[in-house]
Amino acid sequence: MNRIEFDVVVVGAGPAGITAAYLLAKEGLKVALIERGEFPGAKNVMGGQFYSYPMRDIIPEFWEAAPLERAVSEKQLWLLSRESKIGFSYKNPQFGAPPYNAFTVLRAKFDRWYAEKARQAGVVIIPETLVTGIIKKGTQVIGVKTGRENGEIYADVVVAADGVNSLLSKYAGLHGEIESRNVALAVKEIIELPQGVIEDRFQLEKGQGVTIEFMGEFLKGMVGTGFIYTNKTTLSVGIGCLLSDWVDNGVSPYDLIEDLKSHPVVRPLLQKGTVKEYLAHLIPEGGYRSLPPLYTDGMLVTGDAAMLVNGLHQEGSNLAIMSGKFAAETILEARKAGDYSARTLGAYKKKLDESFVIKDLKKYSNAMPLLENNRHFFSTYPRLLSDAADEFIRVDGVPKKKKQRMILKGIFKRRGIIGIIKDALSAWRIVK
Amino acid sequence: MIFFLMALLLHIDIVSTAIDSQYCSEKVTIVHIVVCLKQVPDTTEVKIDRKTNTLIREGVPSIANPFDLNAVEAALVLKEKYGATVTVISMGPPQAKEALRRAIAMGADQAILLSDRSFAGADTLATSYTLAQAILKLQDAGGVDLVLCGKQAIDGDTAQVGPGIATRLNLTQLTYVSKIESVDADGKHITVERKLENGVEIVRGNLPALLTVVKEIYKPRYASLPCLIESLAYEPVVWNAKQISADSSQIGLEGSPTWVETIFSPPLREGGVILNPGDENYDKEFSGLIDTVKKIVAEERSKLVCS
Ligand SMILES: Cc1cc2nc3c(=O)[nH]c(=O)nc-3n(C[C@H](O)[C@H](O)[C@H](O)COP(=O)(O)OP(=O)(O)OC[C@H]3O[C@@H](n4cnc5c(N)ncnc54)[C@H](O)[C@@H]3O)c2cc1C
Repeated sequence: MNRIEFDVVVVGAGPAGITAAYLLAKEGLKVALIERGEFPGAKNVMGGQFYSYPMRDIIPEFWEAAPLERAVSEKQLWLLSRESKIGFSYKNPQFGAPPYNAFTVLRAKFDRWYAEKARQAGVVIIPETLVTGIIKKGTQVIGVKTGRENGEIYADVVVAADGVNSLLSKYAGLHGEIESRNVALAVKEIIELPQGVIEDRFQLEKGQGVTIEFMGEFLKGMVGTGFIYTNKTTLSVGIGCLLSDWVDNGVSPYDLIEDLKSHPVVRPLLQKGTVKEYLAHLIPEGGYRSLPPLYTDGMLVTGDAAMLVNGLHQEGSNLAIMSGKFAAETILEARKAGDYSARTLGAYKKKLDESFVIKDLKKYSNAMPLLENNRHFFSTYPRLLSDAADEFIRVDGVPKKKKQRMILKGIFKRRGIIGIIKDALSAWRIVK
Repeated sequence: MIFFLMALLLHIDIVSTAIDSQYCSEKVTIVHIVVCLKQVPDTTEVKIDRKTNTLIREGVPSIANPFDLNAVEAALVLKEKYGATVTVISMGPPQAKEALRRAIAMGADQAILLSDRSFAGADTLATSYTLAQAILKLQDAGGVDLVLCGKQAIDGDTAQVGPGIATRLNLTQLTYVSKIESVDADGKHITVERKLENGVEIVRGNLPALLTVVKEIYKPRYASLPCLIESLAYEPVVWNAKQISADSSQIGLEGSPTWVETIFSPPLREGGVILNPGDENYDKEFSGLIDTVKKIVAEERSKLVCS
């Protein structure tokens, strides 16, 4: 029987894999894109806000055709105490016009659309096929094995775009099991509501959307956030916390999401909504320090498989696309040079290093360890701030001067002056 | 109930003796099998438009109707046994090619898409007409021995299209088939097991026949990688209304007298009673059950007398 051969095999039809496959096929390469799901997107989960950069460079004005939910023109942060909230908001209607800053998306639809673009460009999309191993000749990766009969498929180079906990990089020996403190477990529900209700409740212009991030006591001291993102006729409601924290605290994600949903200031936003779907997924949030080697002889690792996620800014899909693009560029260069060894493929790492992708991850490289060691940001401070606000706003005959004193006293009692200085320093080290 | 079961057992007994006697040499008897396959929205995602009472298909992922894939598998098993050719046909929009390619990946020989704007909006009457016209064309081109359909499509659940085709083409109609026992050596008869609510029935019918199959018949195979890749580039033949000599008054919306008054989920049926001879109160419960049955029978009978 003839061997199945392609120029490039890409494993995983998420944003990273589709981008690499699409750009390579456009240059005339014979590309196979293997996806375990029934169709690209079938298994993909995201909050999700999808930043328009760098997608808008790959398919200009993609918003004209792509299935998007809403253009995000407002970002909110809510600090929740048990019974109240303090909110921060940034709204800019310009974000709701081209070239847009971000969109909410439902990945099952978006990925399918994007993959169809790739198919039209000539990519052979192989669905419902699980990649079960890599084929090597010496140290060089020369193909992959799949779960189908006669399932070996060969290529000059393989792109691992198989998402978090990448089997391919494991098979290639690039990393072992990921540590539970380097991944977040996110759970989310899709809650259906009429379009008009969503626009009224969240005070949205038609077609525009808001993302709300939650921190506070409902997290029970875990490192993470809750969120509500507005889609066209649904809300994505969820929570993501470090996997190690879920395990250590023994909290059930399902209970926690119920706690968030029944919080007195969150509940009215969800009223009369019906839960349509319940999803769970891992997010590699270990940041710069957790990055595995990104290439080896005959293989490049992209997107979540390479742990390219900026957790603090909810950037993942855009970094995946950026890495897919760099992978495609590197492969074209390697093809010209006729060499797919690590020596040539190393250019991929260099491109990433020089871009915002690695620069941003480097900037926040201290964030995760600091946050992990200082849980006050996620629960104590929301509590203190809301106590302070409560005291300040409540009119009950106590003079304001005395109130101020009470507020400060309360804060110092809860966290201590040294604690507060330490926290301020860590906060500075995270964002500096 | 008991009488019914006894009757059924007796029936099976009689038929199986009949089978034994002619279950001998196997020549090539089935030459051409046609499978009808529909692309349906994945029902885990189906929504109903409350205003028009129709299914909202927009944005919902489409899949090949699962029962139809069981039919494809049955056809492929017969293909392997008798060397038959398997043709898969589907009426639908151009996207339905995807479902047809799936059958090609599994091993079907050719696929035909019946696609024409004028087919749109068809109910089961118009659909069965359209598919029957295509099968007629295949018959004219060289004969069709067997038509296979899934027992029903998971979007409408009507189970009417298969029987509709059988009636229009005057084929032997065998529904809810769970097993193909045998095909006669002379190519004149087929014997199948039908899965009914109260048991299994073994039936022999004349060929050519139309079978609608239940999922127990065969599990659809997982295509090999080379077959899958080959199927991705396969282009199904497309036939329009003219090419199947369709009468325009019998296709699409025009040929569809059905209108939907309302759509609702029927109440769940309660499970039956299971008595175990080893149970403590078995005797008591059994006689209680018999009394209940007697009472129901008496009531029904009195109704008959009155009317
Ligand atoms: C709840 C949640 C919220 C998020 N919110 C945001 C957000 O708001 N903004 C943002 O930018 N990012 C967000 N992210 C992160 C974002 O989803 C990811 O960073 C992004 O999807 C990474 O893309 P990828 O292509 O690398 O991997 P994925 O999208 O995970 O795609 C990997 C693909 O590979 C397939 N695959 C895996 N293994 C195999 C195998 N062995 N064989 C064949 N196929 C395989 C999978 O089925 C999948 O289709 C969020 C993630 C989660 C879970």
